Amino acid sequence: MKSVIFRTVAPFLTSLMMLFSIFVLLRGHNEPGGGFIGGLIAVSALAIYGIAHGVETVRRAIYFHPMAIAGAGLFAATVAGLISIIARVPFMTGLWIYPSLFGVEIPLSTVMLFDTGVYLVVVGAISSVALSLEERGGE
Amino acid sequence: MEAWFALLVGIFFTVAVYLMLSKFIIRVLLGVAVLGNAVNLLIFTGGRLTRDVPPVITAGADALGGPAANALPQALILTAIVISFSFFAFLLVLAWRAYEDLSTDNTDEMRVAEPVKEPMPPLGY
Amino acid sequence: MAVPTSSSVDLSAALVLGPATVADWLVILPVAWCFAVGALLVMLRRALNLHPIIAIAGLAGLVLIDGLLLGHVATAGPVTMVMGRWLPPFGIAFTVDLTGALFALVAAIVALAGGIFSLADINDSGRRYGFYPFLMLLMAGVSGAFLTGDVFNLYVWFEVLLISSFGLLVLGSEPEQIDGTVKYGFLNLVATTLFLVATGYLYAVFGTLNMADIARKAQGLRGSAPLMTLTALYVLAFGMKAAAFPVNFWLPASYHTPRVVVSALFAGLLTKVGIYALIRVMVMLFPVEREELSFVMALAGALTMIVGVIGALAQTDFRRILGYLVVSGIGSMLAGIAIGGPGGIGGAIFYALHSMLVMTGLYFAAGIAARLGGGSSIATLSGLYRKNVGFAALTLMLCFAVSGLPPFSGFWPKVMLVKAALDIGAWWLAAVLLLAGFCTLIATGRLFLLAYWRDEAGPVVDAVRLPSTLLAPLAALSLLTLGIGLYPEPLLATIQSAAAGLAEPSAYLNSVFPAGGLQ
Repeated sequence: MKSVIFRTVAPFLTSLMMLFSIFVLLRGHNEPGGGFIGGLIAVSALAIYGIAHGVETVRRAIYFHPMAIAGAGLFAATVAGLISIIARVPFMTGLWIYPSLFGVEIPLSTVMLFDTGVYLVVVGAISSVALSLEERGGE
Repeated sequence: MEAWFALLVGIFFTVAVYLMLSKFIIRVLLGVAVLGNAVNLLIFTGGRLTRDVPPVITAGADALGGPAANALPQALILTAIVISFSFFAFLLVLAWRAYEDLSTDNTDEMRVAEPVKEPMPPLGY
Repeated sequence: MAVPTSSSVDLSAALVLGPATVADWLVILPVAWCFAVGALLVMLRRALNLHPIIAIAGLAGLVLIDGLLLGHVATAGPVTMVMGRWLPPFGIAFTVDLTGALFALVAAIVALAGGIFSLADINDSGRRYGFYPFLMLLMAGVSGAFLTGDVFNLYVWFEVLLISSFGLLVLGSEPEQIDGTVKYGFLNLVATTLFLVATGYLYAVFGTLNMADIARKAQGLRGSAPLMTLTALYVLAFGMKAAAFPVNFWLPASYHTPRVVVSALFAGLLTKVGIYALIRVMVMLFPVEREELSFVMALAGALTMIVGVIGALAQTDFRRILGYLVVSGIGSMLAGIAIGGPGGIGGAIFYALHSMLVMTGLYFAAGIAARLGGGSSIATLSGLYRKNVGFAALTLMLCFAVSGLPPFSGFWPKVMLVKAALDIGAWWLAAVLLLAGFCTLIATGRLFLLAYWRDEAGPVVDAVRLPSTLLAPLAALSLLTLGIGLYPEPLLATIQSAAAGLAEPSAYLNSVFPAGGLQ
């Protein structure tokens, strides 16, 4: 993409969308949002960056191979289910802890870990497809 | 209400089956896509139709106040949509690859795996 | 937000409040384990030389877990675990009875053998493409299908194993494979969609998807709900997955195209998942409807057997012969389900387990034969016996086993099925079973005669040593069928109580609804 405006704006847009995708992921437990939709937003961000600056740049920027990210997500989701073995409750039971950081209570849960896993699976799998399609389109 | 939906589901299935009876992969593929939607609509209708009442428990209450829309069919459909979408994507790529590699989208001409003229088996030993 | 700890609501009506023991975890562990190992493999996509080691260790672990699970179920009866503490029928339940545990264990053994065989069969490009992650994902799907106690969940596991089987089928991307995958892909997708249609109707009729709940409610709904329609749809959907006549054509069109180890795993696992689902639905959920459909199923089973062996007799390609033999075996299992009773169902289960081991072994043999003889057409293959006597002996054992000759594992299920068929007076079905066995013997005999015994056209070659990674899985499977053939009592007793547990599922129901549950 040759447009100067687009090339200049793209990094800001991408970082903003990334931030927004994490926001959507984290608010997902009690309000509309979650890992799936958050992951899709993140993939759109990567796709925009790829259109502006080329697929190679995106691959360098995310460092890991997209499929490795998806694998990590699947692993996180599985682990989130397996943690409940320690608490002696059935598979996939939501477990919560409330550590305090600088006086702010932060609720952490296996549900969130699972949702993060979904987020990573979606980011990895779909960006892998999107990037390879963009590569083909650029030929 | 359900009767009209049943009719609609029937139309969807008719279209899907008609398309899938074609020899050409791309039409079969469109048939598969329509079939997936037909099934989703079927599940949705099977879960009974209730208008305008979302299954949300009001603040302070412990249970639903009255009859509400059934949320489970929607969850089932969501799963089915994701699955059928990913299969559709896979089959689309596969059909494209088949067209590239076998240079046909007519299933009658796809005889690479099962050649028409096979050598005779050895008749003696 | 957390679950409120102090609440006026009585949570015991909706949640499991007692602790889950480690033994209960065995129910879910096979699936979670496969996912974890598969995810690990995807993460380590650069360390390709580690892939087979991790995958084989993972599959060995799976065999161990499934073995422990079978032991636990055999002593303690059916075990249930629900996801996220939600009580059934609200939560998704994993319920394992003897049938499921047996299938899962044999599937894991077959997969382990495939994992070892793949060391020599899958090269670096196959590994880079992701053979091992796909294999683990396939096993997650297969284990999930055998262990789940929820119909929609079963559909999801079918799709998981279907998507990974697509990945495995196109490994290599040769035109032949693309051709086979097109037919496999479209027809299997139609089959799973039919399954979904049936499940949609099931939900509309029952308002529940939990198998135990359905089995409980079916009695009351009979006569007022279209249960026959439902059952017929399930027979069609699962019959298509299992490659029963007249919806079997995708199998011989595709099973000879992928890598040998992939065909071997498919022959061992995929069609049997269809048979397992058919047994589960027909015997446990809709026994009365099975009775009424039994003639149709017996006819389909008989035709499947006949079409399978005729196809096998007509083919000249080693792997395509085997494809038709898989179909023929499915016919025997269908006949068993149609006959019903402890003999029929037990025979079908036994035949399915036997077929998993033997068909996988035979595909391994086809792969080794192609490696030794440079092709898989029996018009050109020759002199394999001279090249490696041990290999020829192992193949001969499997040929006898698949034809149902003693002292191999194929003999006992055939005896059970023929006896059960004669007991209910279906002499024609017994005759077809025996005829199919006889024709299978001719087909495999022709194969053995031409490919193994016939002297080579060219100069005589010395004996060829085979790598042990190829021979060991084949030997393990062959010896297992011999062992089962010689000493069938423990397995037979387990299968008989598994069949009894399906026909009278009160233990299964008690495991899902310990306190009687909601009515």
